[in-house]
Amino acid sequence: MTTTHFINARLIDPEAGTDTLGHLTVANGIIQDITTGTAPNGTHIIDCKGRALAPGIVDLGVKVCEPGERHKESYRSAGRAAAAGGVTTMITRPDTTPATDTPEALEFVTRRANEAAPVNVVPMAALTKGREGREMTEIGFLTDAGAAAFTDCDRVVTDTKVFTRALTYARSLGALVIAHPQEPILSAGAAATSGKFASLRGLPAVSPMAERMGLERDMALVEMTGARYHADQITTAAALPALKRAKDAGLDVTAGVGIHHLTLNALDVSDYRTFFKVKPPLRDEDDRLAVAHAVAEGLIDIISSMHTPQDEESKRLPFEEAASGAVGLETLLPAAMRLVHAEIMDLPHLWRALSLNPAKRLRLPGGRLAEGAPADLVLFDPDAPFVLDRTTLQSKSRNTPFDGMRMQGKVLQTFVAGTSVFEAP
Amino acid sequence: MSFPHRHLLGIEQLSQGDITTLLDLADRYAALNRQPDKHSDALAGLTQINMFFENSTRTQASFEIAGKRLGADVMNMAMQASSIKKGETLIDTAMTLNAMHPDMLVVRHPQSGAVDLLAQKVNCAVLNAGDGRHEHPTQALLDALTIRRKKGRLHRLSIAICGDIAHSRVARSNILLLGKMENRLRLIGPPTLMPSGIADFGVEVFDNMAEGLKDVDVVMMLRLQRERMDGGFIPSEREYYHRYGLDAAKLSHAADDAIVMHPGPMNRGVEIDGTLADDINRSVIQEQVEMGVAVRMAAMDLLARNRTQTGAAA
Repeated sequence: MTTTHFINARLIDPEAGTDTLGHLTVANGIIQDITTGTAPNGTHIIDCKGRALAPGIVDLGVKVCEPGERHKESYRSAGRAAAAGGVTTMITRPDTTPATDTPEALEFVTRRANEAAPVNVVPMAALTKGREGREMTEIGFLTDAGAAAFTDCDRVVTDTKVFTRALTYARSLGALVIAHPQEPILSAGAAATSGKFASLRGLPAVSPMAERMGLERDMALVEMTGARYHADQITTAAALPALKRAKDAGLDVTAGVGIHHLTLNALDVSDYRTFFKVKPPLRDEDDRLAVAHAVAEGLIDIISSMHTPQDEESKRLPFEEAASGAVGLETLLPAAMRLVHAEIMDLPHLWRALSLNPAKRLRLPGGRLAEGAPADLVLFDPDAPFVLDRTTLQSKSRNTPFDGMRMQGKVLQTFVAGTSVFEAP
Repeated sequence: MSFPHRHLLGIEQLSQGDITTLLDLADRYAALNRQPDKHSDALAGLTQINMFFENSTRTQASFEIAGKRLGADVMNMAMQASSIKKGETLIDTAMTLNAMHPDMLVVRHPQSGAVDLLAQKVNCAVLNAGDGRHEHPTQALLDALTIRRKKGRLHRLSIAICGDIAHSRVARSNILLLGKMENRLRLIGPPTLMPSGIADFGVEVFDNMAEGLKDVDVVMMLRLQRERMDGGFIPSEREYYHRYGLDAAKLSHAADDAIVMHPGPMNRGVEIDGTLADDINRSVIQEQVEMGVAVRMAAMDLLARNRTQTGAAA
């Protein structure tokens, strides 16, 4: 493999927290050298012209609909979408049909991913069989087969005995358990967050307190079992003190948040726009801001797209009946740039949440801009404005809430192990 | 007479002027409806389809009579018995009917927002006859007309809405309409039947009838929506009647000339005392039904005029 020099790049290093002009050399798919000063010479030169070069995004919690609903998203289409969005590693969810809950199913997923996706794919497996919350999966075999974490996705394991045993067993293997903090009975049937807007629209709603209740329960069980735990989405101000207490107490706990909860609020649903129906439902502006600041402070560790493809049919329904979820692989970077443009955090901080922290939490080698790290890179213009047109998305499903919105921040080129997998037209 | 709307989806979209325009015209239709010859040609040649995805007797009958008095060809579709059962989506049903070129679609649906969704997909005027817990605009308009005729005005009145506010689209539309017309609103009911965020509605909230009804000019009772209850909102019907059912004793706290309203159908002995409901000196429930036809005639007339002004709106 040849040596490539990226020259005149604005290097975003989330580990050092720096944003500096310099040059980066890649050889054999690995970052070999980072220098400032005179640009290196060679045959393969990519002149970044002062644009930002950062570690590729490590997106925790991507739904690819294989097996089961390939018409919504395949590894090929998701892989293309990821590349176009600067996502170099997709950590995929096991909420497929059927659930990815056996080593055999995981093997199928891995094979499909390797055949079809131009980016790294790291699969997760279900925590309980069929995601039904009754019996734990073969956590040991699945770990050996490459499962990076164990999760029942948006289903809460309601039986605390089952959950306790799964946490205890996972701890013995050092496996990471990812849960959805939510009081499932209080939030059953909810399509919106309670408040004036939900009441005016006549939508069944849930109090934001349900999230805190779910998190408090899980924190007690983590304290009891010593498991490695990650909360998939913390979206409310009410849950933040519980998270902080758990971290201060030294529990092995991290938390994430989806990009839509960081950039949109409950009012965006407007006249029952189902592309804005996500799970948990969008929150009030106060919650959105509190959670965005929690990311800036490092209390919330990870931002992900929560990429959830849904076809037109499942969204063209009355709001309550419509499917939840939004695609996000291609819009994650420009949407996340809103946090930078709003001066809530700077680029290196944002990239901690997008790349460094998820890679560290899942013990993956990427997410860093350092010598010896894999050359998974995204070259982007942080300020380039555009209006999002959902018909241009690479995903098979185009259920994005950002359709027609003004965005700022454009991916120019994406590299996986030093090889270009996407170049903006 | 300007009424700049293609559809009547809710009170939310209407201005004070729109409401007054509609009620003024409805007054004229109310007079017409008391004539032996009740016929008008406002909708002559037009096709009106009533699509009720949820059971209704009075609202559907009211829309049907309104359409027929205006000369429309009216068709009723019992949606519960039809293609929905065969798995067809709401949009497909709407597109199918749309291809038959109706001019008015009157739609009731059990899901909030379903009528808005349908209106986006068809070329004709859509009237919301009630969607989930969201809105029931013609009910609020007929209530407003009844109040205006009885009280001589529709502003600066003290009006109490009592009962199951949380599950009631009638309450939502009335809160919006009576608020827009600058009345003082009081909501009375057990806290379990109050919607979330109620403190932000610009209304006063009471959980006690005697306090809430003090000196009000209008008492609007709501049906206790037993079929919508997931269970456990109130301890029992008899306790509900004791604390929140309207009877003469509770009504005595209201102004001496306060009127009593109910959107029907009534649960006598649950939310309202039977004798009081029939008291022609206090209850205006029959007049509400009468005004319902007039208001629906006015709404369809205004939407039909817009249709001819803008051509067959696309």
